[in-house]
Formats: sequence, C-alpha cells, structure tokens
Amino acid sequence: MASDGAGNEASAEVGAGDVRAVVGALPDIGRHEAGGWLVPGAAALAIAALPLVLSPYAQDVVVRIAIYAIFALSLELLVGATGLVSLGHAAFLGIGAYVTVRASGDSGGSLALLLPLAMGGAAAYAVVVGALSLRTRGVYFIMVTLAFAQMAYFVVHDTKAGGGSDGIFLYVKPTLAIAGKTLLDLGERMPLYYTVLAALVATYAFIALLLGSRFGHALAGIRVNEQRMRAAGFSTTPYKLAAFVIAGALAGLAGLLLAVKDGAVNPELLSWHESGAVLLMVIFGGIGSLRGAVIGATCFTLLKELFQSEALLGSLASHWQLTLGLTIIAFVAALPRGLIGLGARLRVMRPGGLAKAGARPSR
Amino acid sequence: MSALPAEASGPRAAEASASLLEAIGLGKRFRGLAAVDEVSLDLCVGEIHAVIGTNGAGKSTLINLLSGELAPSAGSIRFGGDDVTRWSQPRRARAGLGRSYQRTTIFAEFSVLENCRLAAQAKEPRPWLVWERAADDRRGIATATRALAAAGLDGDADRIASTLSHGAKRQLEIAMCLATGPRALLLDEPLAGMGAEETGRMLTLLSGLKATHAILLVEHDMDAVFRVADRITVMVNGQVIASDVPERIRNDRAVREAYLGDDH
Repeated sequence: MASDGAGNEASAEVGAGDVRAVVGALPDIGRHEAGGWLVPGAAALAIAALPLVLSPYAQDVVVRIAIYAIFALSLELLVGATGLVSLGHAAFLGIGAYVTVRASGDSGGSLALLLPLAMGGAAAYAVVVGALSLRTRGVYFIMVTLAFAQMAYFVVHDTKAGGGSDGIFLYVKPTLAIAGKTLLDLGERMPLYYTVLAALVATYAFIALLLGSRFGHALAGIRVNEQRMRAAGFSTTPYKLAAFVIAGALAGLAGLLLAVKDGAVNPELLSWHESGAVLLMVIFGGIGSLRGAVIGATCFTLLKELFQSEALLGSLASHWQLTLGLTIIAFVAALPRGLIGLGARLRVMRPGGLAKAGARPSR
Repeated sequence: MSALPAEASGPRAAEASASLLEAIGLGKRFRGLAAVDEVSLDLCVGEIHAVIGTNGAGKSTLINLLSGELAPSAGSIRFGGDDVTRWSQPRRARAGLGRSYQRTTIFAEFSVLENCRLAAQAKEPRPWLVWERAADDRRGIATATRALAAAGLDGDADRIASTLSHGAKRQLEIAMCLATGPRALLLDEPLAGMGAEETGRMLTLLSGLKATHAILLVEHDMDAVFRVADRITVMVNGQVIASDVPERIRNDRAVREAYLGDDH
C-alpha cells in the first residue's frame, strides 16, 4: 500500500505486520496496495450488483461517479504516477465528448467508430499540448496546460462548429452492431450502466498494468528524480509525452461516456472548473493511489449531489460550491494523504499506535 | 556487460592505454564568466584520473560538460571514437558514460535494488511492452544485484534507499552508476562526508574498477586522491595549471603555490 511503502522510515520501526508491508512493496516500488486485486475486484462486483437495489436516479449517480472515476484515474497517471500536475485535463474530457456528439450526427453512430475517434481526438490534442508544455516544469507546466485548455474552451464556446455557449444535443445515442444485429444500445439504461462499469474496470486494470511495467517504473523514476533518470540514460521527455497522451486518451473515453450519458455537451466540460474538480478528486482521494482516485471521484460526486440538494439543504443548495469547497478543505487538512490515508491515520490514533507514521506525506 | 570490477587477475591497466574519453579545448561561460576555460584532458581504461582544485575551480562544471548535463561554449568531447559534443546526456549515458553526483542523487523512496534495477533498465530494449512486469525484469535484477555486490551493498538490497546511512547512499550512487554498464565513470566527490572506514572501502572499490573502466575522480580529500590516482589534473579558476603523475604534482611549484599549501 502506497502509504506504507513509499519511503516511510517510521514504518520500519513498527510491528512485524508493517515491516512485511514495506518489504512486500519493494519489487513494485510501493504501488502495491493492501489486498491486491481483491478489493477493486470486490468493488466492481458490488457495483455490478447495485442496480438490483438502487432506484433509477441512484443508478444514474453511480454511472456519473464511474465516469468521473475514469477521468480521475487518467489524471492520476499524470499527477500521482509521473509527477506532472496538469490543470488542463478537462480539455481532453471535452474533446472526447464533443467528438462523440459531432461524429454521431443526427442519426447516431457506431461505438466501434466513435470510441477510436473520441479517444484519438483527445490523444491528438494531448500530443500537441504535451509536446509544448513538457518543456516547462512545476508551476509553469500548470499554467501552460491551463492555457491550452482555455484555448480549447474558447474554440467550442465561440465558434459555430463548436455549438457555442449552449452546447449541442446528442439526439441518437451510439450503438454497437455486428452484421445488422444490435448488440449494445447505449440509449438504454442497463447497457449504459454496464458499459460504463466495464470501461472503469478496463481503465483501472490498464493503468495498474502500466504502473507495474518497466514503463511505469520509469515514470515513477521520473517523478522521484528526473535528473538521475537522465544520467542513467533515459530520454525522459518521450516517457512523459507517452504518459500525457495515454492520460489524454483515457480522459477522452470519459468524455465519450459523459456525452452519451447526458445526451448533450456544453463548453463547461472543458472549463478550468472541471480541470480543477478532477484535480481535487485525485488530491481528495489520495495522490499516488489508483484506489484513491476512484474514492476521490466517488466522494466528490456524492458530496456535490448532497450540497446541491434543495430537498435537504434548502436555499443553501444554491451555494454548493462554498459548502463543497469548505468540506474538502477540512478533509484535506485532516488527511494530508487523502481519504486513502484514513486507515493509516486511524491506526496511528489508536492507543499504542505509531507516533510518527503518517506524519509526513510520502511526497 | 562489464560494469563490475574484473577479477584481480584480469588484464591490467597499461595494455589499454588509448584514451576512451577526451576533452579538447573545452570551455563554458556563464554570463561572461569562464567557469571552464580551454580544458583538455583524457581518460583511459586502467587509470584513475583525479581532478583537484579549490571550490569554484570548475570541477563540477567540467563533469557536467563531459556528461552532457551542460552544453559547452567551446571545444569538443570525444568518447570511444565518436564526437559526442552535441549528444544529449541520456544518449551519452547509454553509450557508456556514467556519472555520480556530489549531492546524493538517488531514488529515495524506492528499494536499494529497485534503484539499481531502474538504472539498468535504461539500456533495455522495448520499454513499451507494458505487459512485462518490472518485477520480472530478470536481466535488470541480475545486473542490479551484481552492481550492488560490487559496491558492497548486497546485504541492503531490500531496504528503502532513504533509510541508508550517508556512506551507504554514496555507495548506492556508485552502484547505480555501475548498473548502467558504463565504460567511463565521472565521479563527483564520491567521498564527500564519508568516514575513514567508508572512505577506505570506496577507494578499494575504485581501484578494483579501474581495470575495466576509465575513471575521472573529482575529490577534495587529498590523502585519498594521492593514494589512488594515477594521474592528477589541477584546476584553478577554470583552467588547468598542471596535469601529471601524483609524484610530480606533489612537487610542482605552481601547484603548491596555488593550491596544496606547504603541509604537502
């Protein structure tokens, strides 16, 4: 588990269980999380079973959460794995969504065509943005990615082709058909639900695979010490660009799903609010952990639902940004490692627990 | 690959005397200030070539120029017969030019073994095969294990690098360098902050490595330098004022005046 394994001297002083957690994390540089595939696998099964008990409205919320989880996972590949803090990630979500709507036309499109178009379109923009922004570092990188996202925002906001500030409707949802036989119609609730779930599982598994590979270890090396990576012989820019493009393509996948779910797109998808929100999800859940990204997206979306609910909060609901913001600030202050660090935090607070563990964020 | 010291019985130094790395008229100016000025030197396999000089003499800049971290303002660099002056640092590293840093530059949060395996990975083909686990990288792990053994860290492979002692971190720095399979080593003050025992171990390691590597040693510890160096170049204000065998450097009047002081 990241919070145990990542360079935490304090863990070495504790009980045998914690030492084992550290040693067990070694071959895979601290990215092995407790329970391996058991926890995410069980979570996926639970989500698959949820429609049995949930109302259609609640199912809708689950779909939204799953889409934002894909979006947050794609950003986690940049922020947590590679150490690239992008504040323009919504551009790729928006491009995926707009490409889906535009390519569907008035008569609907095939998923087999829309999927590569949406992901490819987002990836293509990521190649351009990455090639230019990766020359910069730190706060400059944040500003350049933000600038490129604003550019994309104004293109869809202010041009006819982009649909203007009102956005565009997706009248006919995509289908997947083979030899005239429709296998999947995303206009229906259940197929959409399970398609989104499958996309989330695939994204999670793909990024986990990536991080365990030599490529993923090279990204981790770049995050920890890029100078040393270059001295060892890694041309680091192509690695960072590859991560940037993969993250962009996966955000494009989230964009496609979001467009299909909502049946419409508007420029707000590409706004910096959206880029900020997904960054918050990653931080909220816990940087450096795939589970953290999913948990962050879940809690963020649920809290937003809660604070926007007029039924529960009355007129306060119109100030949901304020209440949501304050809540997240409180959480992040209490849990510097994010929600994923909650377990470690509780262990520390237990009588006789570690004095020091968890005191220092792993990065 | 020959990252590791050859057996003591291996071919000795003198046989491979052709220079492996050569700097010709190398210069670097920072806003008009010449940090390195018209420096020419060469490194041969079988030889430890020490560069000494006061703080600010341009020793670290010289290493940065040779390793490709800085682009020179003048002069050229040849490595193994190629003109590498315009090569990027990673390309030079892959060609066999390894370096260590004055300030310990390791992957603090990774295990000691992973530090070295990752360094070894730089030369592995097809990094984009994402279904191949890094944990199953047998070639890299084998290389890393050998490099750790050579640097005397074999017992610490599973420790997190940040928990090592200062001396052990310096050894890890060398081990990571060795894991890339270099032919030439550019070592920037490898003994900085080391105790007597650790220094002795490091010097033994360097003496063992020189049979198979060309070594440039930038170091402040004069006793150590005179113990292991086969050749010494003295820099003052970015320029070379002397370059010779240790005995003659010790007795060189200009060097004594400029640098060594009367106690030597």
